[in-house]
Amino acid sequence: MESEIEMTLACPAPLADNSRILMAHGAGGRQMQRLIEDLFGTAFRNPILDARHDSALLSLAAGQNRLAFSTDSYVVQPLFFAGSDIGALAVNGTVNDLAMGGARPLWLSAGFILEEGLSMATLRRVVDSMRAAADLAGVQIVTGDTKVVERGKGDQIFINTAGIGVVQHGAPLGPRQVEEGDSVLVSGDLGRHGMAIMMAREGLGFESAIESDCAPVAAPALALLEAGIAVHCMRDLTRGGLASALVEVSEGSGLSVEIAEESIPVDESVQSACELLGFDPLYVANEGRFAIWLPAADVERALEILRSYPVSAGSRAIGRVGAPGAGDVLLRTAIGSTRFVEMISGEQLPRIC
Amino acid sequence: MKYMQEYRDPALAREYAETLARITTRPWTLMEVCGGQTHAIVKYGLNEMLPQAIELVHGPGCPVCVTPVEQIDRACAIAARPEVIFCSFGDMLRVPGTTTDLLRVKAAGGDVRVVYSPLDAVKLAQANPEREVVFVAVGFETTAPANAMAVYQASALGVRNFSVLISHVLVPPAMEAILGSPRCRVNGFLAAGHVCVIMGLEEYYPISARYHVPIVATGFEPLDLLQGILMCVKQLEEGRAEVENQYSRAVRDEGNVPAQELMKRVFEVTPRKWRGIGEIPASGLGLRPEYRELDAELRFGVSDVRAEEDPECHSGLVLQGLEKPMECPMFGTRCTPDNPLGATMVSGEGACAAYYRYRRHATEATVGV
Amino acid sequence: MCLAIPGKILEIDDKSGMERCGRVDFGGVVRQVNLAMVPEAEVGHYVVVHVGLAISVVDEEEAQQVFGYLREMGELDELAEPAK
Repeated sequence: MESEIEMTLACPAPLADNSRILMAHGAGGRQMQRLIEDLFGTAFRNPILDARHDSALLSLAAGQNRLAFSTDSYVVQPLFFAGSDIGALAVNGTVNDLAMGGARPLWLSAGFILEEGLSMATLRRVVDSMRAAADLAGVQIVTGDTKVVERGKGDQIFINTAGIGVVQHGAPLGPRQVEEGDSVLVSGDLGRHGMAIMMAREGLGFESAIESDCAPVAAPALALLEAGIAVHCMRDLTRGGLASALVEVSEGSGLSVEIAEESIPVDESVQSACELLGFDPLYVANEGRFAIWLPAADVERALEILRSYPVSAGSRAIGRVGAPGAGDVLLRTAIGSTRFVEMISGEQLPRIC
Repeated sequence: MKYMQEYRDPALAREYAETLARITTRPWTLMEVCGGQTHAIVKYGLNEMLPQAIELVHGPGCPVCVTPVEQIDRACAIAARPEVIFCSFGDMLRVPGTTTDLLRVKAAGGDVRVVYSPLDAVKLAQANPEREVVFVAVGFETTAPANAMAVYQASALGVRNFSVLISHVLVPPAMEAILGSPRCRVNGFLAAGHVCVIMGLEEYYPISARYHVPIVATGFEPLDLLQGILMCVKQLEEGRAEVENQYSRAVRDEGNVPAQELMKRVFEVTPRKWRGIGEIPASGLGLRPEYRELDAELRFGVSDVRAEEDPECHSGLVLQGLEKPMECPMFGTRCTPDNPLGATMVSGEGACAAYYRYRRHATEATVGV
Repeated sequence: MCLAIPGKILEIDDKSGMERCGRVDFGGVVRQVNLAMVPEAEVGHYVVVHVGLAISVVDEEEAQQVFGYLREMGELDELAEPAK
């Protein structure tokens, strides 16, 4: 016997599912509004965001008229790894880019592309981590966006953050300011982030205690400028590692640089992980480390300032800027010979040879 | 790290280099046949620590570089299939085939995964019974026991959805091919330390005697390489041609017997084509008939693949030690790591890639000429 | 070829034959390693590991020869030369 089917003209509302992201969460309707209010709006709460305008209205203090503006997108997998997660990364990455320009980071936007089926609990964890990172870095998340893509069309979460900071110090920074005779410093040991991610990849089967170094470095960077150190250039050491930053600044300055392998700090487990996979720590990504080019006369004072902050407690001098030679990065190896350091082509892959 | 760091001591390295300079009275050409040794020599700038009279040439020691183009093409064809999880060591992913490479296949949607160990590929097969898991088994004798173990385990455990694409090569036939060439200018060999760990030293005695060349089984750290080179040059200066073992902390005369037995159980010796060199008889390993149902080439019917080398690529000459990477007209111009013409520029252990990455300019010797 | 790293055996499981495995410590990074090819290996030994398979036990005595070789060479050369 056929059952009677009731015909309605209204499209049935989806069952309220609070545990997963649905397409509806990106549709601009009630579900999305609730997501923004209950999750993002609550976690990122601050007066600018609370105004709920389409754009954030920002006020600069008297005398502030140079801004730094940066953007970055974050697609890391796995979302959570030893020492950090995609949320903290999304905040610190942009904060650090602003700081390298000598700016005090103030405001971030956060754009989310979420994959249908993403668990709400996972999203909440990421968002809470972003709030904590923002508080630590002294920034506010003042505007944002949410989109949802169909299952299979996005890797759980993609985040874009753009950031604004105010430049408080007059002196220009950049590769063109670098001079012959300058010293090069790094703010701590290398390769933690990249190797923490590698070790987290299930396929490789390693157990290690290596934690990502993901952290904001704005405080020590700004402290150098505030103390009147004549910083010429700063670079955060992200993808491509220290080597890429050295080559880029050398190309931009037209000057060669010589570094000593012995002085480059690498933690033993990171070194071991690199040996196992055939990686060179010089090229491994960091997320809480930066390099500084400055006059040799300022090195002692700069190191003292850097070492007074936990995130840069391991700061070391690693080399010297030399004669003209764009892109020439010379490494004095641990056994006393020399070789050139090149830009890497593509990413490092685990090797058997 | 213990048993690694100590062999990077700068003071002792300098002493080895000075001793070499003192005992070398004539020019000598030494060949090493291991990509890992090439990598270490270039990374530590050992070339510049040697007296100018000693020339190091790099042999066909990168199994990835010598994998024939057809095999890359077969790998790409299999990896593109939707039911396949294609597992590989990282080295293989960027090596150019005729029209594509495994990374491009991955970008186009192929399920290509890097594994650290072939044994992990077997586990993947067990965890994914509805998929076909294929492992591309390249390597010299060093890797053969691990690949044999994977095949043995899969067979013993009845893992039916696992297969291997074999491209194994053996070192001694390659050494003979090089020594037998009329253009050969090699006076002495550094034998690949980890190959010798597996196979021992026995196979090298007849080669050393027949061609009157010193062969020294050598390790991979700077002091190992310097000592191996010193031992080899000392033999040459004294007119000797013997097999010696520098890497005695890991290499035994008889090699690793259980590993050899496992290899014999799973593999048989076959002729093998070497990219850039051509076919060398009895220079490869293939699956024995009992294990042939795990042969991916048969399972996926990809035997009939026509491949083409880029005619301008000089990989073959480089692999035979007849040309240095910098001597190739395309080096650094038409052929770079971003746009490689041949495998030696792409593979991390390829001589061309190693030279490109670590040495753009000539550097002066730091120890006396 | 042959990226193989020495590591210290922390523990060995109770399986035998081809399945014999153990946890090996490589300077702070630990991994399961197949030990079937080194039946003589024991906890505390250092093994050379290539792609997840231990291929050799490090001979601690032979490991020292690299450091004494030059001195030995010098002594032998002196013996070989007639007194100056």
